[in-house]
Amino acid sequence: MNTPSNVPPVSPDPPAAAPPRMAATRSLSWSIRRELWENRSLTIAPAAVAAFALFVMLITIAVALPRRMRTLATLDPAAQHAMIVRPFCTSPGPIMMVTILVGIFYALDALYGERRDRSILFWKSLPVSDLETVLSKAAIPLVVLPLIGFLLSVATQVVLLLWSTVILSASGLSPEVVWTEFRFIQMPLVMLYGIAAFTLWHAPLYGWLLLVSGWARRMPVLWAALPFVAVGLVERVAFNTSYFGAWMRDRIMGALPAAFDIPPMKRGSMPLLDRLEQLHPVKFLGTPGLWIGLIVTMAFLAAAVRLCRYRGPI
Amino acid sequence: MACIEARGLRKTFGKTVALDGVDLRVEEGRILGIVGPNGAGKSTALHATVGLIPFEGELKVLGRDPWMERDQIVRDVAFIADVAILPRWIRVSQALDYVAGVHPRFDRGKAEGFLAKTGIGRSSKVRELSKGMVTQLHLALVMSVDAKLLILDEPTLGLDILFRKKFYDSLIADYFDRSRTIVVTTHQIDEIQDVLTDFVFLNRGRIVLESSMEAFESRYLEVMVNPENIGAARALRPIHERQLFGRSILLFDRADRTPSIADLFVAVMGQEGGESRGAAA
Repeated sequence: MNTPSNVPPVSPDPPAAAPPRMAATRSLSWSIRRELWENRSLTIAPAAVAAFALFVMLITIAVALPRRMRTLATLDPAAQHAMIVRPFCTSPGPIMMVTILVGIFYALDALYGERRDRSILFWKSLPVSDLETVLSKAAIPLVVLPLIGFLLSVATQVVLLLWSTVILSASGLSPEVVWTEFRFIQMPLVMLYGIAAFTLWHAPLYGWLLLVSGWARRMPVLWAALPFVAVGLVERVAFNTSYFGAWMRDRIMGALPAAFDIPPMKRGSMPLLDRLEQLHPVKFLGTPGLWIGLIVTMAFLAAAVRLCRYRGPI
Repeated sequence: MACIEARGLRKTFGKTVALDGVDLRVEEGRILGIVGPNGAGKSTALHATVGLIPFEGELKVLGRDPWMERDQIVRDVAFIADVAILPRWIRVSQALDYVAGVHPRFDRGKAEGFLAKTGIGRSSKVRELSKGMVTQLHLALVMSVDAKLLILDEPTLGLDILFRKKFYDSLIADYFDRSRTIVVTTHQIDEIQDVLTDFVFLNRGRIVLESSMEAFESRYLEVMVNPENIGAARALRPIHERQLFGRSILLFDRADRTPSIADLFVAVMGQEGGESRGAAA
């Protein structure tokens, strides 16, 4: 450069020097946005289920709440609390379930669909690295869907709370007890914690599905399920045991006993979770299964990034 | 520095040899046409150039190894790898938003300008557009990237002649300047003959002929010969002969009336490749 010697040298082009990190988060956020554009079901399916659950609960509350409230005085305080809060805890269940299902189907198609429709040749012509591509796709089931589930759950609870107030007031009862029993701060925190715990627990599942979706040349569903079905069958036939099945159950539901402090219950019944004392993050963080799962997830995602580099349209 | 430099470039898929030792040098500011029959290795060569596939031998694009440094190269190289690869679900506005979001060298205003001339609606989805419109959209996107190298693989395949003509007119009028380099493969070589500065013939993974347009124009001659003179004409050793309306058309090397590249292509490929290899540049 022909800079005169008495002028301090111009700093070398700051806008060009700063961006690498910024550019990475920028293209990551745009890549997540494009996943949401492409897969409208990511938002529509949970919203539809939330609307349906809400609809059912609105009717249930309108029909049954005033009658239940009149029998309330005959119950002990714990049962009173359970009876009042239970309706608010039923809608998050189906919402979470559908976000997990949508996440599974999404992950299976995420790296497969774009190879199949050849649009991968377009995506690869843009300056988005394979790592960013895989991370943006992993972020959908690991971050975006859980957040969508959480927000919808909170929204349905708010609506149900207001509706209960209206119904009780209309039947000449005081809605006050609902507002005192419902834990406004604790309830959302417990939900957020539960969703985070389950998502981390399920992370290797999504990692596996993404890997298969980047690898399979056809029928990723089959390839994703095959090893598990095969191992389960072989164990059953060869040893007549079901350790593998028990392990699978633990990988699906294990976050509940690992992350919460709950008394043993009858099969099929869900404990009422709405108090911070029920959370047990120390126990959860000390569970080896959590960390093993996360390491395995990393390995799956790293393998998916590597595959991404080599795989073209099919 | 050459824009593309390949030495002994090789690529095999299992037992199939797609590229069999290609040596090629493309200088900045050239428009190179790669011509070859189906399966000649044209797409493989371009995919290696933009870092989509690993390869053997030496290949440098803008001074970098495209496979090892793909992330850097895609900033400076724009490419259309095939027709109809834009995702069918995307809206035109989303495509603009996305490319503007991830590409530091994308000029959105320019793309809007190109699109304004085409009648493509901003809210249309790609699946609602005609094949020609999808190509126009894709071209508008890549031409709005301030790239040093533009690579087009059969960009007009399956389009009618009006679209094809418009495509190349737009490419030259609105995009090309001496600081950019364009590499294009096509079957419709006749239509882009006037656009190219250089061309290579590729057959079975090898370069059979490479030439600049200037050299081509001064080197080859096509003569229509009446039956009575055919013996004398053949004595001059044409490299190819074909029949048209009962007369023979002879193609000569090192003479001075120019045939079309397509005629030359037929002549050179007809000789089973290889022996006529030689640069006239």
